[in-house]
Amino acid sequence: MNNVLLDIKNLKTSFRIKDDYYAAVDNVSLTVRKNEVLAIVGESGSGKSAFAFSIMGLHTRAKIEGEINYKGNNLVEANANQLKKLRGSEMGMIFQDALSALNPLMVVGAQIDEAIFLHNPKSSKSMRKKQVISLLNMVGIPRPEKTYFQYPHELSGGMRQRIVIAMAISNQPEILIADEPTTALDVTIQSQILDLIKELKEKIHAGIVLITHDLGVVAEMADRVAVMYAGQIVEIADVYTLMENPQHPYTRSLLNSIPTLSEVKADLHVIQGVVPSLQNLPRTGCRFASRIPWIEESAHETSPELHEISPGHFVRCTCYKDFYFPEQAKEERNYVAN
Amino acid sequence: MWKLIVRRTFLTIPQIIILSVLVFILAQAMPGDALTGLIDPSIDPATIEAMRERLGLNNPWYVQYIDWIKGVAQGDFGQSFRFKMPVSELIGGRIINTLWLSLATLVLTYLIAIPLGITSGRFNDTWLDRAITGYTYVGFAAPLFIFALVMLFIFGFQLSWFPTSGSVAPGTEPGTFAYFMSKLYHLLLPALSMALITTVSTVQYLRSEIIDTKQKDFIVTARAKGASESRVYNRHVLRNSLLPIAAFFGYEITGLIGGTIFIENIFGYPGMGELFLSSISLRDYSVMTALVLLFGLAAIIGALLSDIILSLVDPRIRIK
Repeated sequence: MNNVLLDIKNLKTSFRIKDDYYAAVDNVSLTVRKNEVLAIVGESGSGKSAFAFSIMGLHTRAKIEGEINYKGNNLVEANANQLKKLRGSEMGMIFQDALSALNPLMVVGAQIDEAIFLHNPKSSKSMRKKQVISLLNMVGIPRPEKTYFQYPHELSGGMRQRIVIAMAISNQPEILIADEPTTALDVTIQSQILDLIKELKEKIHAGIVLITHDLGVVAEMADRVAVMYAGQIVEIADVYTLMENPQHPYTRSLLNSIPTLSEVKADLHVIQGVVPSLQNLPRTGCRFASRIPWIEESAHETSPELHEISPGHFVRCTCYKDFYFPEQAKEERNYVAN
Repeated sequence: MWKLIVRRTFLTIPQIIILSVLVFILAQAMPGDALTGLIDPSIDPATIEAMRERLGLNNPWYVQYIDWIKGVAQGDFGQSFRFKMPVSELIGGRIINTLWLSLATLVLTYLIAIPLGITSGRFNDTWLDRAITGYTYVGFAAPLFIFALVMLFIFGFQLSWFPTSGSVAPGTEPGTFAYFMSKLYHLLLPALSMALITTVSTVQYLRSEIIDTKQKDFIVTARAKGASESRVYNRHVLRNSLLPIAAFFGYEITGLIGGTIFIENIFGYPGMGELFLSSISLRDYSVMTALVLLFGLAAIIGALLSDIILSLVDPRIRIK
C-alpha cells in the first residue's frame, strides 16, 4: 500500500447551527491511491461536497476532526500557511459550476496565471504565459492565444469548464478533486470533459477524487466507488463489484432508479423521502432506515458499522441482508393476504 | 469600449435639452416676470407693456425659450436683480467654492467609506462590525442640518478649532500658499460634517457587497488555488465589490448637491447652495433658474461618469 496518497481516518466535519454542532461528514475513513479514480456517490445533501471541501481545507466555518494524512502530515492540524502551499500545487480542485467558479472581472488567462504565480512567485511573466498557453492547449482550447484574453462570460460552458480544469492541473497536482465536474454541462460536453479528465489522469498520474451523483459517470470513470449517505460511507468497493453486486439498500436503490432500455418497467423506482437535513439526522441507528420503512427494525444494527463482506468491499449496517424492494414483494404480500 | 463611452455621452444631449426645457417652463410658471420687480410702480402701465413687447416677453414660450437658450449657450444667464450684476459673473465666483467643497466631501466620503466598509464586510458579525454598522445607523437617522449645526457648535464655537463662516480668511492674497491653506482650512469642517453623514450609505453598500462577494464560488476557487486570505480579499473580493460603488458614484454627486445647499447655509460658506437658498427667499428668478440648470447638469454628468467608470471596470458591460 505504498501508493496511498491520502489516508483519511474518522473524518468528521461539523457545522454550527445555533448553538450545536452537526456533522455533515461523519466518521469517514478512506484512502486515495495514486493513479486511481475514487468516485464518491450520493444524493444531494449526503455530504459529498462537504467531504471534498474538508480535504482541501476550504471550509471557513466548520469544525473538522479526525485525520487527513498526506505525506506524513495530518492536514486537519495543518496551519493556514501549510494548507495554502498545498492547495493549488499538490491538490487541485475542479468545481461544479465553472461560470461562478471563475472571477468575472479577470481574463481567464490571468486566472490560470495566478494559480501558477502563487506557487512559483519568482517565475517570469513570459514563462508563465507560455505555460498557460500550453495548459490551454492541453485541455483542448482551440485558440489559446485568443482565449487567454477572454473573460469567462465570453466563453461557452464547456470552454469554461476546461479553463477550470486547466487551473486545477496548472501545477501538476498529486491529488485532483473533481466536485461534480459535469453536472452543469449538457450531455455531449459532459462526455468530452470526462474524456479530458481521463486523458489527464494518464498524463499527470494524480489520484482523482470524483464527486458525482451520476452513476453513469461512475461506471465510466471510477476505479473504486464510495457511496455516501447522510454524511457516512454506506458502501465502498471497486467499481465492478459495486455495479455487479451492490449490497447496501441505498446503493441498490440508487442503481435500481436508473432507467434501462432492456427492461420494460411501468414505473421507475423512486427512493422515498429525502436525505434528512443536518439537524434532523438520526444520531443512532441506521440512517437509511427511515427511507426503507418496510424493512423491519430488527434488521438494522443499533450502531451500524462497516462490515467487510469480501476483500475491499465494505457495507454499513446489517440491513442489507434482509433488504428487498417493495415492488418485488408485492406478489408475496398478496399471497400472504389470501 | 470607446464606442460605448461616445454613445453614452451623446445620450446626455437629449437629457440636457429636456432639462433646460423643464427648467425654463418652471421659471415661466412662476408668478411675475423680469419687469415686475424691477420697475417703479408709478410708471404708466402702457410703457411697461411696450417694454414687455420690446423685450420679447409677450412672445410664445418656445420663442422665449430659444432666446433664453441662445444666451445660456453663450454663458449669458441674464441679470441678477438683487446683485445688479450678470448671473454668470455671480455664479462664476461661487461655483469654484462649491466645486472645492464637493471635491473635499467626496474624497472624505470615500476615505471614510472604503476602510470602514471593508473592515465591516470582511469581519462581519464581530464587535468591530457592530460598531461600524451602529455608526451607519446613527448616520442614517441624524439629519444633516442638525448634525452640521452640532459640529459647528462644538468644533467652531466651543473649541474654536475651525472658522465658523466664509471660504477664506479676509486679506489673504489669491494665488499664494497661505490663501490655499486658508481655503482648505475653511472647507474642512463643512466637508467633514457632510462626509460623515453622506458616507454611511456607501459604507453599508460596500459592506453588503463584500459579504455577498466573499460567499461567491470564485472566492473558493481563489482559495483553492492557494491564495492567501489577504490576497483573496485584495484581489478578488475588493475589486468585485467596488463595482456597485463605482455605479453609485453618480448618485453620490446628486446627493452632494442637496448636501451643499444645507451645509453652505449653515457654515455661511459662499457657494452655489448658499446663493440658491437666498435667491429663493428674495425671488431672484434669473439666478435660481441658472442654478437649477447647473445642478441638473451636475446630476446628468454624475450619471454619465458612473456609467463610464462602470464600463471601464466591468468587462461584462462593454458592448462590442
